[in-house]
Amino acid sequence: MTILKAVRLDMTETRRIEAGKTGTEHPVIQILSANKIFPNGTQALDAVDLNVQQGEFLSLIGPSGCGKSTLLKMIANLIEPTDGRILWWNGGPERIGSAGSRLAFVFQDPTLMPWARVDANVRLALDLERKGADKSDVAARIHAALDQVGLAKFARSYPRELSGGMRMRVSIARALIDQPDLLLMDEPFGALDEFTRNKLDLDLVRLSWERRLTTLFVTHSIYEAVFLSTRIIVMAANPGRIHSELVIDEPQPRDEDFRGSPRFAQLCRDLSRMLTEASHAGSPQS
Amino acid sequence: MQDPRSRKPDPKILPKPLPLLQQEWFQRIAAPTVVGLTLLVLWQAVCRFFQIPQYLFPAPTDIASSLIDHAGLLFQSLKITLLVTLQAFALATLLGCLTAFLIIQSRLAEIGLFPFVVLLQVTPIVAIAPLIIILVKSTSLSLVICATLVALFPIISNTITGLRSVDPGLVSYFRMKRAGRLETLMRLQIPSALPFFLAGLRISSGLALIGAIVGEFVAGTGGQSAGLAYQILQSGFQLDIPLMFAALVLIACLGIAMFFVMSALTHLLLGHWHESAMKEQR
Repeated sequence: MTILKAVRLDMTETRRIEAGKTGTEHPVIQILSANKIFPNGTQALDAVDLNVQQGEFLSLIGPSGCGKSTLLKMIANLIEPTDGRILWWNGGPERIGSAGSRLAFVFQDPTLMPWARVDANVRLALDLERKGADKSDVAARIHAALDQVGLAKFARSYPRELSGGMRMRVSIARALIDQPDLLLMDEPFGALDEFTRNKLDLDLVRLSWERRLTTLFVTHSIYEAVFLSTRIIVMAANPGRIHSELVIDEPQPRDEDFRGSPRFAQLCRDLSRMLTEASHAGSPQS
Repeated sequence: MQDPRSRKPDPKILPKPLPLLQQEWFQRIAAPTVVGLTLLVLWQAVCRFFQIPQYLFPAPTDIASSLIDHAGLLFQSLKITLLVTLQAFALATLLGCLTAFLIIQSRLAEIGLFPFVVLLQVTPIVAIAPLIIILVKSTSLSLVICATLVALFPIISNTITGLRSVDPGLVSYFRMKRAGRLETLMRLQIPSALPFFLAGLRISSGLALIGAIVGEFVAGTGGQSAGLAYQILQSGFQLDIPLMFAALVLIACLGIAMFFVMSALTHLLLGHWHESAMKEQR
């Protein structure tokens, strides 16, 4: 597998970002040989090792059932590993939610409260903060978060009055208002049409660049992964494991020009080939 | 992102206002009125044409005049029935919510309690009303208990369904934010349950009235605390059938009024977000 990875990296002519590039600090997330076996016997993850570095945009891509969502939920501490360890900012799960090391999760659906207006939905993130958290300037912060996703005018609307893309933006605003250090996104634009998705991808590139966010992004789309990521992890299924990785060492923030460049097409082809290999390697049953 | 509301729509493409006859609100009032009036006129005509005696089947005009003649007596009874119904309804709402909150807290509480909730529902109130009336000294209290028992089940069962019908994504979000049990209940489960709870209230408001009437039929209270059911019993003994119908009309009006109040409350609380209370867009 190591050899395979090396060949891959050589073929794609990409350089690996050195782990220490952003300084000597610890990785944001360290996953140490994490296993997950669900009660029904399905092995979702098999000995996954992964480090997430400060400031990187890391995408997880792979065939269905490769455990990418499971991995993301494990990092969000929504699922516990059967075996192995996860270190958050070099600490245990109690570090999650403590001031200064927040993580935010954006789900596949907007998961908004239909009874609450847009501003109240965004404020939920602050309302659910632990006591003693900074609760000053709530109105200004809500406005700023909505403004960042271009929805400042819609603060008093109800979710049902918005389009699917706008609802997703509200969900992102709710994640950003926390000023997260780590943004976890589980196929957030999977249910949207191509045009809206491209627009939101562009916004996400800008936001993560402006905020120097560390983002972990699960997607099914090759184009989306290449456009957004600084590093892509390709996973294989049965059992879910890391197959190979691809570093996208392109200048940030990216724009529409990058999407049209030959380099982009080349990277998409490479990633597509890696995915095909991963899906052949991954399913002995089928 | 362009705000669609910042642009004024072209007045030429705005739909023209519909003529009065095709307007939604007018149809809503006119259609039942026409049906009701037609039935009343037919009823009156049949009674007069076949000269059916009043003590068998009174015409609408006979009922109306009886209603006016006995207005004092009937409205006194209406007040008493209304009071029993409202007390029972309030008590059922309170007990129903508390039971539902208790039941969703743990699987064990549900397994332990729910069979008895069902038992309460399937036991006919006429069968246990005599027992309650014997056991409870105050008659008005025993009537309230009867009506409460009848009205309780839809509130419990709907509130439980509602408290469970929470968007799983939002549940995950609350869990990730490490929200406490009370916080999740207040901010997530109760608002999610509201549409179901209100549907339960609408059914129970009618059932509370039925419970109050049935209880009084069994108790047969007279004198100062005589409700509408007693007036029906009494007029039956005296063969004063127009009076019986007049009491019946008041009961029906009370039921309809409660239904409308509950509908208005539902619309007020849910109109802005829930599909069940929203106007259809065409």
